[in-house]
Amino acid sequence: MATTIEAPIPTFEDESSGERKLAIICSKGSLDMAYPGLVLANAALSEGIETHLFFTFWGFDIINKETMDHLKFTPLGNPATHMPPMLMGLPGMTSFATHMMKKQIEGIDIPDVPEFLELITDAGGHLWACRMSADMMHLEEDDLYDRVEAIINAADFIEISEGAQTIFI
Amino acid sequence: MLKHDSNEKGGRALSLATIAGHEVHVDDEGFMTEYDEWSEDLGKTLASNIGIEMTDDHWNAIRFLREDYKSEGVTATLRRVTNTGGIPTKQLFQLFPKKPAKKMAYIAGLPKPVGCV
Repeated sequence: MATTIEAPIPTFEDESSGERKLAIICSKGSLDMAYPGLVLANAALSEGIETHLFFTFWGFDIINKETMDHLKFTPLGNPATHMPPMLMGLPGMTSFATHMMKKQIEGIDIPDVPEFLELITDAGGHLWACRMSADMMHLEEDDLYDRVEAIINAADFIEISEGAQTIFI
Repeated sequence: MLKHDSNEKGGRALSLATIAGHEVHVDDEGFMTEYDEWSEDLGKTLASNIGIEMTDDHWNAIRFLREDYKSEGVTATLRRVTNTGGIPTKQLFQLFPKKPAKKMAYIAGLPKPVGCV
């Protein structure tokens, strides 16, 4: 039998991942627009990448204690549903579509928004809230999810995201 | 040269290679590909390959991963190790720094988890 060589050892690129940094701006608060940022943040963290999430405007609904567990999906004006637009405006359609989407998300074992934020922060992710949005909506830190680190202004965010790849959602 | 004995369509080449004197099947990154070829001794070697010294807490996670793979047929995601295996996410990041999901899979002789979350 031919002799075999030692198995390769994965590098896991520990050194290079230490330099990479990601900032995700979450500006939308609908159920379908909340998830992309959360999924990406979680994936980046599990790759050892420093990750910051900045919630602004409608994205505030994701970290507002009152709304975070009740995000909605509206099929109205969304061609991706492949349904007649007129039907999508009928009463009850948003709650029906939201219910369906939540079931689908749960069905593939994806956490709801509060659990997702817990997962992200347990993995070392940073959550920041936008000062201007907080002022507009008359919200204080107490109104926000406990693990939001602070309400910061745009300049603070620019400072925090220095050297980061930035994604706007 | 690695000894290639099969090539899965679209997948990674599987090869025979040696880990701590045992001949086992690995993919081209060095992840073991045959569930039954793994042993805790090999796991210990794999861990030390990537700079991890196994403690009871490490074994706790790796044993959960092995058992879970046996029943589910896929490698558990971090969320599953936390929710079903009862090991806090924070602890997983301490035990297997930076890339806990991939490092655990490597040590446990399992494929990398495929799920997004």
